[in-house]
Amino acid sequence: MSIAKRVGAPRIVPTRGIPFPTGDPELAPDAERAWRRQLLERALVAVGTRVSEPTVFDGDPVQ
Amino acid sequence: MKIVHYVNQFFAGMGGEDSAGTGPELRDGAVGPGRKLASLLGDEHEIVATAVCGDDYAASHADFAADLVAQAKERGAEMVIAGPSFTSGRYGMACARIAAAANEAGLPALASMHPENPGLGEAAGTAVVESGQTAHRMKDSLERFAAAARIIAAGEELTAQDGRIGPIARTNRLAQRSAAERAVDLVLTRLSGDKDATEISLPDFDSVTPAAPVADVTDALIALVTEGGFVPAGNPDRLESARATKWVRHSLDGLDTVESGSFESVHGGFSTQWANADPNRILPLDVAREMEREGAIGRLYGEYLGTTGNGTTVADARRFGMEWAAELRQANIQAIILTAT
Repeated sequence: MSIAKRVGAPRIVPTRGIPFPTGDPELAPDAERAWRRQLLERALVAVGTRVSEPTVFDGDPVQ
Repeated sequence: MKIVHYVNQFFAGMGGEDSAGTGPELRDGAVGPGRKLASLLGDEHEIVATAVCGDDYAASHADFAADLVAQAKERGAEMVIAGPSFTSGRYGMACARIAAAANEAGLPALASMHPENPGLGEAAGTAVVESGQTAHRMKDSLERFAAAARIIAAGEELTAQDGRIGPIARTNRLAQRSAAERAVDLVLTRLSGDKDATEISLPDFDSVTPAAPVADVTDALIALVTEGGFVPAGNPDRLESARATKWVRHSLDGLDTVESGSFESVHGGFSTQWANADPNRILPLDVAREMEREGAIGRLYGEYLGTTGNGTTVADARRFGMEWAAELRQANIQAIILTAT
């Protein structure tokens, strides 16, 4: 995440590990899929939000 | 000194964009802006030949620079200079590559371009001098270019005061004054208002203005892209696992998920066991399709674009980014989700 900020990625959704950005092998399959869904929901909030500098989106999306 | 000067097809008088595919060639003597440059360089130096190449050809044939430098050496070149290329991107890239190739071949070299020219990053520590923004500034750009060329020809170091721009290769040398004296001088310079004075300029990452937000994601066309070395099983394009020089694209049409055995990661910078067990951990197609069906995402683009982000040069990464942006904009994509490893 610090690298994403430093190189200036405008909208950043933090994840849990370099080898699995949209997963978490520690979780049971259903829970992992729910986590992935949460990440994508955050990403959709991010692309719909106006930003002026690298901004981290790690909150729960408002439905 | 015998100098070979590089210009693109336009400044060589061969034509504009319609001639941008012209291959590399060497012409006798000074051509185009080289004539004025030759007179500014004075009697000690002579432009013995002009190297010419079309901008499109130069941008798509990485070996054009080494070819032209080899030809220049055959003509007895003792130095290679390129430009000025102002803010023209492909021309700037060509000038930087020619200068870097000449340097590599043991010749002193210099390119001229505007500080915002995207080609500046390709100079690889070879000297670049600032030019104006457009050819309207040809006259003073050539004056500064000629002055800088004389400095390089004399074997001296080009400095920021001479208009040097871009990354500077660090070399060891003996300073005439001690570090303490220079440090006090720098403090005084800064106190007197020059906030940027330094002996060590840091690399300058360019900044990108964030795009405006998507008005309504439930109506948007969204693309999945990744630098996770994500490829169809067997890696048919031979995408590199490190220091990628290319990117790939593959269809996602008709797929509801990316299954183990159909896709894999060839990224060389981490263990791919988790990605290969479930490729959705790199490219989240299963959930993206689900959200597309539910209407949370307007529509997913029919292909993903991907490369390997592992030791990739900034120059290659910038090129991939420009090519992706052009491609995706043409397809009317409103947003991308880029999974980064």
